[in-house]
Amino acid sequence: MNPLERYAPLVDDEEAFFEACDRPLPSVVRVNGIKTTVERARSALDAGDVGYEATDWHPGILKLDERGPGTTWPYFHGWLHGQEEVSALPALALDPQPGEVIWDACAAPGSKTTQLADLMDDTGTLIGNDNNLGRLSALRHNAERLGVSNLVVTNQDARNYSLKPFGEDTDDPEAIDAFDRALVDAPCSCEGTIRKNPDALDRWTMNHVHSVAGIQKGILRRAVQATREGGTVVYSTCTFAPEENEAVLDHVLGEEDCQMVEWDAPDGFETALGVTEWDGDEYDPSVELAHRVYPHHNDTGGFFCAKLEVTA
Amino acid sequence: MSDDTGDQRPENDGQRFDRLPATSDERVVAGRPTREEVVGWWEQRYGLPPETWDGHTFWEKGNGKIWAFAADLVSPNPVEGLGLRILRARQEHWKPSTNAVQRFCGAASKNVVLLDEDEAETFARGDDQELERWEGDWGYVVAAHEFEGAVEPIGVGLYLHGELRSTVPKGRQEDLS
Repeated sequence: MNPLERYAPLVDDEEAFFEACDRPLPSVVRVNGIKTTVERARSALDAGDVGYEATDWHPGILKLDERGPGTTWPYFHGWLHGQEEVSALPALALDPQPGEVIWDACAAPGSKTTQLADLMDDTGTLIGNDNNLGRLSALRHNAERLGVSNLVVTNQDARNYSLKPFGEDTDDPEAIDAFDRALVDAPCSCEGTIRKNPDALDRWTMNHVHSVAGIQKGILRRAVQATREGGTVVYSTCTFAPEENEAVLDHVLGEEDCQMVEWDAPDGFETALGVTEWDGDEYDPSVELAHRVYPHHNDTGGFFCAKLEVTA
Repeated sequence: MSDDTGDQRPENDGQRFDRLPATSDERVVAGRPTREEVVGWWEQRYGLPPETWDGHTFWEKGNGKIWAFAADLVSPNPVEGLGLRILRARQEHWKPSTNAVQRFCGAASKNVVLLDEDEAETFARGDDQELERWEGDWGYVVAAHEFEGAVEPIGVGLYLHGELRSTVPKGRQEDLS
């Protein structure tokens, strides 16, 4: 059975949902504001006869007509980065400010991380962590190509992330004791990437969903603990499974000092509410404030994104 | 940090990041470049205004690999990466990195070799080329081209004996023709 069929009761238009899941995704790039402007990047693509269309909701996120961006001058200069359209959402939800201390718990290969750096005007401290040492080299390569200079790369298990290397609880004037904001773009069953990876569901099992949900809860709890009172935590996945989305939020809302906050998706970007009931379970009603993105909504991959505020 | 006993100065520990001393008066680790030397080198060699670096701290990891970071952190630090690797010091001719040149050398005014379209494509492919017209310094130069109304750095060239060698790393080389 196609695992996606379990979500048919959740979607508004079942037929459109399954049709969209079968279509390949367009090639999309994000303009890197650290090295150029949207105007210059678009002008360079025009001059190179590279066809593109700006997305409805963001002038710097461009759908290319054909090939990938790799063999163009603006890409060579680090003006563009290949990034799936929907994966630009969590950085916008986090809304990092220049000069802040930001934690990206699961950063590799770095599309969202480098977008965070851009939103911070490449200032402040952006800590990009990943537990997979092999994937860290991709993160570093992408960050350097894009000219990012505010990134600290670490290799820890995010579930018990330690701030000791940053001088936590010392009187060093540069010590970091807490983050202003944290992004948990969690490892997941990746159902929403089916349009990019047609074999994404080949190894799908309910056991994997449950085991990865345990990891997600651990990382999100640590993110809330390590973020200052009043700070922001964003949780995102590329899966439809409520067990990995709303159920994770429900668990962390019960265990840690945090609350869901409202966040409006960009104008022109359609999303659905988080679900409060699934498979006999009921979740905290506030998880409705999360955003579900189905592939037929905006012709993207599937996605889930929620914004939390730390309350103590 | 190891204890500094007697006259022996501590040596560089290549496994961690150490903030560069501001000036030679503050230098503790033997052979470590100072912030003053790094800023001065970019200015003297490429005409980069010293204020380019006002927001950045400088760090050494490995043997002479110098990194620029947009904020500050406790030092020493065991993290995997810190900002952007900008140059290789602790050798006779310091070598800037491709990524630093692309990011910062739009403001360079010296030792910038301006390439035409074919030459720029040759350079980006990683190929060496004869370039007799260059009358500036030998050694590491900024290779650039006119692009979108400005001089845009492409990477680091090594100019010797009438030849411009491309040092674009393998993973960054592209056929853009």
